[in-house]
Amino acid sequence: MADEVVELFSGTDDLILVGIQRRGVQLAERIAAYIDEREGVRVERAALDITLYRDDLQTIGPRPVVGKTSLPLSLDDRKVVIVDDVLYTGRTVRAAMDELADFGRPSRIALAVLVDRGGRELPIHADIVGKVVQAASHLRVDVLISDLDGEEGVVIVPREEEG
Amino acid sequence: MIGPVLGKDLLGLEELSAEQIRLILDTAGPLKEISERTIKKVPALRGMTIVNLFFEASTRTRISFEFAEKRLSADTVNVASTGSSVSKGETLVDTARNLEAMRIDMVVIRHGASGAARFLADRIESKVVNAGDGTHEHPTQGLLDLLTLRDRFGDLKGRRVCICGDVLHSRVARSNLWGLKKLGAEVAVCGPRSLLPNAIDEMGVQVFDRIEAAIEWAEALNILRLQLERMQGGYIPSLREYNRVFGVTRERLERAPRDIVIMHPGPMNRGVEIDSDVADGPHSVILDQVTNGVAIRMAVLYLLAGGRPELAEAAKG
Repeated sequence: MADEVVELFSGTDDLILVGIQRRGVQLAERIAAYIDEREGVRVERAALDITLYRDDLQTIGPRPVVGKTSLPLSLDDRKVVIVDDVLYTGRTVRAAMDELADFGRPSRIALAVLVDRGGRELPIHADIVGKVVQAASHLRVDVLISDLDGEEGVVIVPREEEG
Repeated sequence: MIGPVLGKDLLGLEELSAEQIRLILDTAGPLKEISERTIKKVPALRGMTIVNLFFEASTRTRISFEFAEKRLSADTVNVASTGSSVSKGETLVDTARNLEAMRIDMVVIRHGASGAARFLADRIESKVVNAGDGTHEHPTQGLLDLLTLRDRFGDLKGRRVCICGDVLHSRVARSNLWGLKKLGAEVAVCGPRSLLPNAIDEMGVQVFDRIEAAIEWAEALNILRLQLERMQGGYIPSLREYNRVFGVTRERLERAPRDIVIMHPGPMNRGVEIDSDVADGPHSVILDQVTNGVAIRMAVLYLLAGGRPELAEAAKG
């Protein structure tokens, strides 16, 4: 995936990897570290929390605490890669793009996800995909990362009964 | 992760759990960053209408609420008692019901009568945020004080905070007392006995009659404003006398065994309860309190706006 990022933008100039809280941040860090090593540069990292840009505030009820957003003050003319763990409905990415727009006008925004599980509700596609999994809507796809979960992997589990 | 959710209203810190208080503080932390952006706005409360109903004078609190509302993209209307039908004798409930008939979502109320926020919350469907009611509570001020202390100390458990001055008339003091105790801090008060509530000894707080003793004990002082407008009762001999005995001065602080964090909810009477070189000194966090105020109010509005309680209950089960 790291190689694909460099290839997509023909280099690392103006590149910034923006991870979506929470697991996207770790993945962005890993991809960035890999690019740093291969290209002998220091790629900028940033974190984005899209909680305040969601379209379902009135209905979701309890929600996790708002995470931290740390972006440079201006994204004008930057090459932004949004990094997330799982691409599903596309609503998170929609919210992320809205939020990025409040930080300026990037020259390009690309999307990199570890897992594309299908089930899109918006016209959004990833530019870089680690793995495509077709998971039915009653299943949940979780990416586990050692920093947060104590183990690594992708698991598909039945969705817990909600409500 | 399922967090505890606030109820319909925020009326005081007395009725909140430690967990709910922590949720508000944890939410306010990341919200601070929004005010540092070039475009200081997120769409979280888009389409929501909030009325700021202020029956008492206020600069900081009213503007802070208004910034918080605007930075979350809510639509806001300000109603003051002068220049509205309140001055024609309309009652509080009638005013609020008329506003509600125009389809509002939330009311932020500041009122001179203790219990006014509760009174209103029980009678209208809109969510109510207490922005100070009489001498009862001022919960968002209490929360922003807690956030400011937490920025300095991390965990507040066992930290020694002394509330100084006019505790009797102070809703800020009451909200601070509840909040600090719930988060496990040690709380003391210091002031002339005429300005301390009668039952203060039963509230489980230490009482200092001398400011020097308070300074020796405390890690943070929250210095209250001497409320000159409520001073008809002859509570103190004179302002000069008050400053001489209870004023927080640089000389007194220099004798302290440690650096003391200095807080004041404003507006300050410089030279009365606090000297200028203390208010502007290196350990003053008075302006941090103001900055934190916007974030705390954003957090409260956001948490009250989202998630209907029945969904929260269902999700817990």
